[in-house]
Order: sequence, then C-alpha cells, then structure tokens
Amino acid sequence: MSELIPGQAGAPAAESRTGAPADGTGLMVRAEQVHKSFGSLEVLKGIDLQVRAGEVCCLLGPSGSGKSTFLRCINHLEKINAGSIRVDGELIGYRERGGRLHEMREKEVAAQRRSIGMVFQRFNLFPHMTVLGNVTEAPVLLGREKKAAARERAAQLLERVGLGDKLGAYPGQLSGGQQQRVAIARALAMRPKLMLFDEPTSALDPELVGEVLDVMKDLARDGMTMIVVTHEIGFAREVGDTLVFMDGGVVVESGDPREVIANPRHERTRTFLAKVL
Amino acid sequence: MESHDTSTVRARPEPLRAVPVRHPGRWVAVAVLAVLVAMFVHLLVTNDAFNWSFMVDKMFRPPIIEGLLRGTVLMTVSAMLIGVTLGVVVAVMRLSDNPILRGVAWLYTWFFRAVPRLVLLAVFGNIGILWSRIEFGVPFDTQLGQLFGIDNLQLRLFGFSSRDILTGFMAGLLGLALSEAAYMAEIVRAGIQSVDEGQTEAAQALGMSRGQLLRRVVLPQAMRVIIPPTGNETIAMLKDTSLLLYVPVSVELFFQLDAVGKRTFQIFPMYVAACLWYLFLTSILLVGQYFLERHFGKGYGPAGRARLRLRGMTAETGGGGNSGTVGPA
Repeated sequence: MSELIPGQAGAPAAESRTGAPADGTGLMVRAEQVHKSFGSLEVLKGIDLQVRAGEVCCLLGPSGSGKSTFLRCINHLEKINAGSIRVDGELIGYRERGGRLHEMREKEVAAQRRSIGMVFQRFNLFPHMTVLGNVTEAPVLLGREKKAAARERAAQLLERVGLGDKLGAYPGQLSGGQQQRVAIARALAMRPKLMLFDEPTSALDPELVGEVLDVMKDLARDGMTMIVVTHEIGFAREVGDTLVFMDGGVVVESGDPREVIANPRHERTRTFLAKVL
Repeated sequence: MESHDTSTVRARPEPLRAVPVRHPGRWVAVAVLAVLVAMFVHLLVTNDAFNWSFMVDKMFRPPIIEGLLRGTVLMTVSAMLIGVTLGVVVAVMRLSDNPILRGVAWLYTWFFRAVPRLVLLAVFGNIGILWSRIEFGVPFDTQLGQLFGIDNLQLRLFGFSSRDILTGFMAGLLGLALSEAAYMAEIVRAGIQSVDEGQTEAAQALGMSRGQLLRRVVLPQAMRVIIPPTGNETIAMLKDTSLLLYVPVSVELFFQLDAVGKRTFQIFPMYVAACLWYLFLTSILLVGQYFLERHFGKGYGPAGRARLRLRGMTAETGGGGNSGTVGPA
C-alpha cells in the first residue's frame, strides 16, 4: 500500500497545524490530560490532543498502546477517569454547572454522539437491514430526516462510496471492503462534523484495503475532520495532517506525518516504524 | 474457476461411474420395524376396550370443540401473548443498569420458575379462599387509621370479587401467563446477550438511546435466537393447558374429554382422543414454527447466506446445479 506520493493531497500550510497551542478557535477536538483505567490497568496516562477543523489526524502505535481506547473516549463509548475532552468546544459526557461537573444523562450523551461519526474495525453493520436500511435507519429514527429524503440522500452517499448498485443487498452478501464503505456511508448520513475511524482496514483482505482508503481520502479532500487509528503508513503520509504516535498510554511524539515518518525523534517511534514500513 | 480453460464453454464432465456403498443395515432395520408396527397395529385393532367408534362419535361433540377452542387454543394464545410481553419486560429489567429493577426481575424469575406450574394453577384457582375480594389501594389502611384514632379507615381505589374474576379461565390464564413470563424472560435475556456487542456500540455511536437501539437493532437480531425456543414454549404451553383441570377450568379440552370418559365409564377411549387432539394441534404449531424460523433467519448464518448465494447462482447458470451426483451403477 505504500505508493510513494510525496504529500500533495491537501497539504497547504503544513506548519500552521502541527499541535501548536490553540487559541480556542477552529479547534474541533481538544483533549487534555485524558486518563482511563480498566480496573487497576491504566490504559491512558494523560493524553493531550488537538485537532483542528478540517484536519486529518492519524493515531499510530503498537497494539495495546491505548489508541483505540482513546478514540472511543472521544464519543464517550468509554468513560474517562480524569481530564477532559471537548468536541467543537463542547465538553463530552459532562456538563459544567456552578464550577462542578455533572454527568450527562444517557439521552444527552446520545445527542452529542449524533454529530460524531464512527467507523469500526469489524464494520458492525446491522445484518437484519438492507444496505439502504442501514444508512437511513438513524436519520429517520432520530427525526433528522423524513423517510423519502433520507432514502434519496442515502442513495447519494452510497453512490459516492461506489455502492450505488447495492441498495437492496444485505450486509452478509457483501465483501468486507463493501461492508466498510457502507459503514462509512451510514456514519455520514448523520452529517457528522467529526469522523472517528477505528482501524477501518485491519479486518480486510489486503486487496480490499485500497477501496476503503480511497473513500477516506475522498472524505479528507472534502474537508471532513477525521481521527484515524490505523496501521496504514501510506495513508497517514498521503492524507494525514498530523500523525500522533502512541505507546504505553502516552503520546510519544506527534507532528507532520511526512516529517515523523522520515525523521522520528524518539527511539520508540523509530523501532516501531522500522517494523511496519 | 474456469479460468484455465476458456475455450470450452462450461463443458459438463462425464458423471463419475462408481458402485455406491451398500447399506444392508437399513434393510434389516426396515424388517425389524415392519414387525414392530404389525405388533402395534395388532394391539390397537384386536382390543375392543379401545372402542374406536365410541371415541370418534364423542370427540367432535360441541362441548369438546368449545373446550378445544376456548380452553386450549384461546388460552394458549392469550397466555403466550401475555407471557412473551411480560417476559421481554422482565428480561430488559434484568439487563438494565438499575440495580433495583434487576433485583425485582431476578426475584420474579426465581419464584415463578421454582414453583411447579400445576401447583401454581391450583393456588390461583383457589385464591378465593384467602381473599373473597381483591382490592387495590393504600396498604395497611385500616391499621394506619387505628394509629390515628380512625376506626375502619378504607382507602381502596378499586376492587373486584375474586369469585367473579379469579375463577376458571382468568385464574388459569394468570397462572400460566405469569409462569410463562419467567421462562420467556430467560429466553429473551439469552437472545439479547447473544447479539454482538459491536451492534450496540454502532447504534450508540449513531446517537440512538438505549431504548431505541434495543427496539430497532438488538431485539430484531435476538429474535433469531429467541424464536426457536419460543416455538417450543408455545407447544409446551398448548400441552400444559391440560393442567387447567386442576384450577379447574371446565371449558377446556382435557377437562371435557375426561368428564365424558368418567361419565360413560369409557375412560381410555377419551384419553386416546386427547392424545389425537393434542397431536393434531401441536403438528399445526410445528409447521408454523418452521416458517417463523425461516423468516427470522433471513440474511444470516451459513444456511441463510447459502440460500441467497444459491439464488444468485441459479440465476447465473440457469438452474441445474446437480452435476456432481454419482450416476447409478
């Protein structure tokens, strides 16, 4: 997958967006000192991350480094133990009132999640619904769109991911790559302002990886803010605006992907990259 | 698959000529079974105590048909409807985050699974002995009234005489439905837990609430696991309506057949009639269960997917997929 196309895709002004201290505007995701433990096992040990609107941030790291857990914290699938995560300025999972944090009700959390799309490693399509049903389910059920409008938009989205001819198929009839593209269309149907990708190509046959990455590149070109947990170095190099390398629950280093991949500053990054490249 | 030979267009290979394996054991089994069947028929035909003509004459009489329709069929349908509905509620309670609901659900399933159905039915049928009226209102109202110096305080919202409502059909229905709900709760719980965690997460990530994702995503998928045992439960329920004899519910198939038998001293013919009726009714249910399972299995599993694939394949080749069978020697 590593065609060497030295970054031309969407990389104007590479300097301005590398994790520079935020002024608070234009920041889509702001995580501060995020800690997460499962029982006595501390998985995240203080993660700081800033992602600007329209930026593609790639999370890289060995398995068990906490990158997937961190991604799941962003839409509150996992509750964090300390720190804070803000998406578009809004605190995730909690409300500040009178100087104290209040846990959000389930309905409020659900409302927050509607503007954050997520794509899973194992697709998680609804097997009892057709492709069209998968994409229209949430917008119709949650009152975002009328049924006819949702169908029309779903057809457009599926056309966009190259599955315009599969509307009536069930997920079980599709290949892994096709299923993952449906999953992307399903997330987009909620018109999210942020898309989270949790190893979207790890469960795919090698020859199917490309079709999913192409859809993601297309999304990135359209200016979607994306956080991508991935092992696809080629993708990170080509479309990533920042690359964050995690290990053992901390951010080891981050910066411009081309820069980090070419000249890693830390030994840990270097040994990891040597193995995956 | 045919990429190595594109010149011949789908040339069928010659059928393989091989002597099939012989199965002498099958012929022995057939012979043994034939003898056994003959012995059984001999038993049925030569014993006059069966009194077949009497049985056929009585088993279609109006009171028996009414008992079958109301006491057996209607009772089964009603008890299962209440049982399944209540069972889903109890199962969802059992899996909820609320520890109190969880505890109540556990207590419910514990009690109704621990008491035998027959005993439960006898209890519900005779509840009028304990309370001649069942009323709803403030508990301990009279006792509380005495504390404050009020004599005979009654804070009852509504009530009914147990002899009016809790007899016969209603008592039996209550007993069967409540007990069924406990078993259904366990079946539904297993079904819900069988659905992949990723389904819940995907639905949550789309912004669905717990109720929404349960209704639209998890329960429809759990159905595949819930339906087969529910079919079995329905069949068991149909047969358990015969226990209503002990409530007693008089408008019921077995009660009626039993009564005819005792009245005419032709007990055994009526028991045979009961066997035949229950065989007939459960057979209908078995057919229904087959179609239900097929419906809820669509798009799933090896069987469902194979069917879909087969449909695509036959459309492609124009039918005839049995080129691999061995020709007769």
